[in-house]
Amino acid sequence: MSALQVRTMADFAASGEVPEVLFWVGCAGSFDDRARKITKAFVRILNAANVKFAVLGQEESCTGDPARRAGNEFLFQMQALNNITVLNGYGVKRIVTACPHCFNILRNEYPALGGSYEVMHHTQFINALLQEGRIRIEGGSFQGKRITFHDPCYLGRGNDEYEAPREVLLKLDAALVEMKRSRAKGLCCGAGGAQMFKEAEPGNKEVNVERSEEALALAPNIIAAGCPFCNTMLTDGVKHFNKEGEVQVKDVAELIAEAGEL
Amino acid sequence: MSIGSIVFVLLFAAAVWWFARNAAKVRRNIALGRDEDRSDRPGERWGIMTRVALGQSKMVARPIAGILHIIVYAGFVIINIEVLEIIIDGIFGTHRVFRFLGGFYDLLIGSFEWLALGVWVACAIFLVRRYILKLKRFAMKELDGWPRTDATLILCTEIALMSAFLKMNAADQVLQARGVEHYVVAGAFPVSSALLVPILQHFSTSGLILIERCCWWFHIIGILAFLNYLPYSKHFHILLAFPNTWFSSLRPKTEIRNMERVTGEVRSMLDPSVAPPAPAPRTVAGAEVTERFGAKDVFDLTWKNLMDAYSCTECGRCTSECPANLTGKLLSPRKIMMDTRDRLEEVGRTIDAKGTWEDDGKSLHSRISEEELWACTTCNACTQACPVNIDPVGIIIDMRRYLVMEESRTRPALTGMFNNVENNGAPWAFAQSERLKWAEQ
Repeated sequence: MSALQVRTMADFAASGEVPEVLFWVGCAGSFDDRARKITKAFVRILNAANVKFAVLGQEESCTGDPARRAGNEFLFQMQALNNITVLNGYGVKRIVTACPHCFNILRNEYPALGGSYEVMHHTQFINALLQEGRIRIEGGSFQGKRITFHDPCYLGRGNDEYEAPREVLLKLDAALVEMKRSRAKGLCCGAGGAQMFKEAEPGNKEVNVERSEEALALAPNIIAAGCPFCNTMLTDGVKHFNKEGEVQVKDVAELIAEAGEL
Repeated sequence: MSIGSIVFVLLFAAAVWWFARNAAKVRRNIALGRDEDRSDRPGERWGIMTRVALGQSKMVARPIAGILHIIVYAGFVIINIEVLEIIIDGIFGTHRVFRFLGGFYDLLIGSFEWLALGVWVACAIFLVRRYILKLKRFAMKELDGWPRTDATLILCTEIALMSAFLKMNAADQVLQARGVEHYVVAGAFPVSSALLVPILQHFSTSGLILIERCCWWFHIIGILAFLNYLPYSKHFHILLAFPNTWFSSLRPKTEIRNMERVTGEVRSMLDPSVAPPAPAPRTVAGAEVTERFGAKDVFDLTWKNLMDAYSCTECGRCTSECPANLTGKLLSPRKIMMDTRDRLEEVGRTIDAKGTWEDDGKSLHSRISEEELWACTTCNACTQACPVNIDPVGIIIDMRRYLVMEESRTRPALTGMFNNVENNGAPWAFAQSERLKWAEQ
């Protein structure tokens, strides 16, 4: 495995170059141990496809999504206006991110504050790379495996993207099995709306347990996710049922990187 | 003009007047909300209304309830063509004035009969689902009291109206066959002839005239009464479903509306040369309403939030798909809508009584608890499930905004998250300078 090729926006600016796309890593992708693996898998895909991409590195800051959804509009707008200053300062036009919450807020909510960009979710970006033939993968190692995809609310219901992750997964030659609650009827993992950062309100079950139970009922080898928070919630849910030995929770990018031996 | 005609005209005029008066109050209450432009892209809006309200496209996501509802809906809309004839007959003392349509008239009356039977059966099945099968979404506690009574009244009234319609037709056709004066031969009666004529044909002519007249009056008075019941009932959805879908949000479901005033405040914080925006208090119902961050009361929501509340017919599809509710949390999106409507009605009653709004010390938060608000994952399963495009999440977010920005009330862990975002630019306590560490490992 070769070393990751990562350049910052500042590097590009210093050498007078313009990247093809900005990879918005997000807080989970930067700091969370599990999500960092997703970040690296996606970077390996970008490297393999020779995508000239940049990251903001230390200049990136939380989009403000959890603050806004938890009612702190001031904090959200402070974050957003500062981020927009940075993004517009570099003349960023296209952004790709592996987090559906960053994707939603950058795509839909930054324009009202002066930040308009073409924003893609990493599954859309990977799908385009595969379609354009910039990367090729052999599904060999996944043949005969059962994969179920959990729709992230902020990608699916929120932004009507149900097909890109599935089209990517189909390239693995595995059996793609659907949960009853999928696509527009997909059940939340329980992390959205800032729930990730608080205790659940009193109830009789955790949302991630409910969702993991549904996924596990399909007896999959892999539960595929497209969101670092869903990934955490489902991983915990699988552990709740002591199934972590048999069932893996993996991001779509990780599966592609694995299949391509990247 | 006969006495019957005079009584009819007076009743009809009174019913229309009373309905218009109450509908105007609903309109006034909806207008208590903040302004929001929902008139862009009209072509798209007509399309949504045609598909979702007229075409019932979201109803059939649940096929059994959906198809039964379409039968009742189609019956309601189409049988009301018959009401037009009843009104003309009532005013002029005629009998089946549209019979000049000939074969087409027979076809119309025949299909009304089939629809009436369909509505009767569908409403009976709806009652079975509620009270015998006890479907979870209809057995929930939030429907205890008036909401459940309301639902039962609606279904029983529809069954009674359809029964009267069929009985009227049955008596009419026996009278027609006997050549009784006034009962000219008109119409085809495939359902009532099979179900009711075998019984009614043994009745005397005078008895049948009594039955026919009673059913005719019951049917039309029933419909006028039902019309006037609508503004007091969840059943108002049969009218508001149309504007409510026309004014649907055309934006992605997970997009949250920007707060312009906060933008002004933040810009002035970031750049001291920019003056903060002056608060712009509004006058609603003769009283000045302070401008707030987020929603404390109905005045702080938009008129569309309030129209949503009046459009809700408490079907509970939202709640039955809500991940919080499914896992035993207190939150029920349907209850959010019911509470919003009930609070709005309460405010409206105060305005009616006093002529202007006077603070009653209560608000939306008197009905909706923090525990409900903090249980939402903003997943939008509720907005997706709603057959008339109601958005409970928007209300939840605006109420959270009020709690956080005006009352500094939040969950302890969220305070920590806010601090981290503010100080480190991440919801966790990691330094911004370490953002690129992952690339080094």
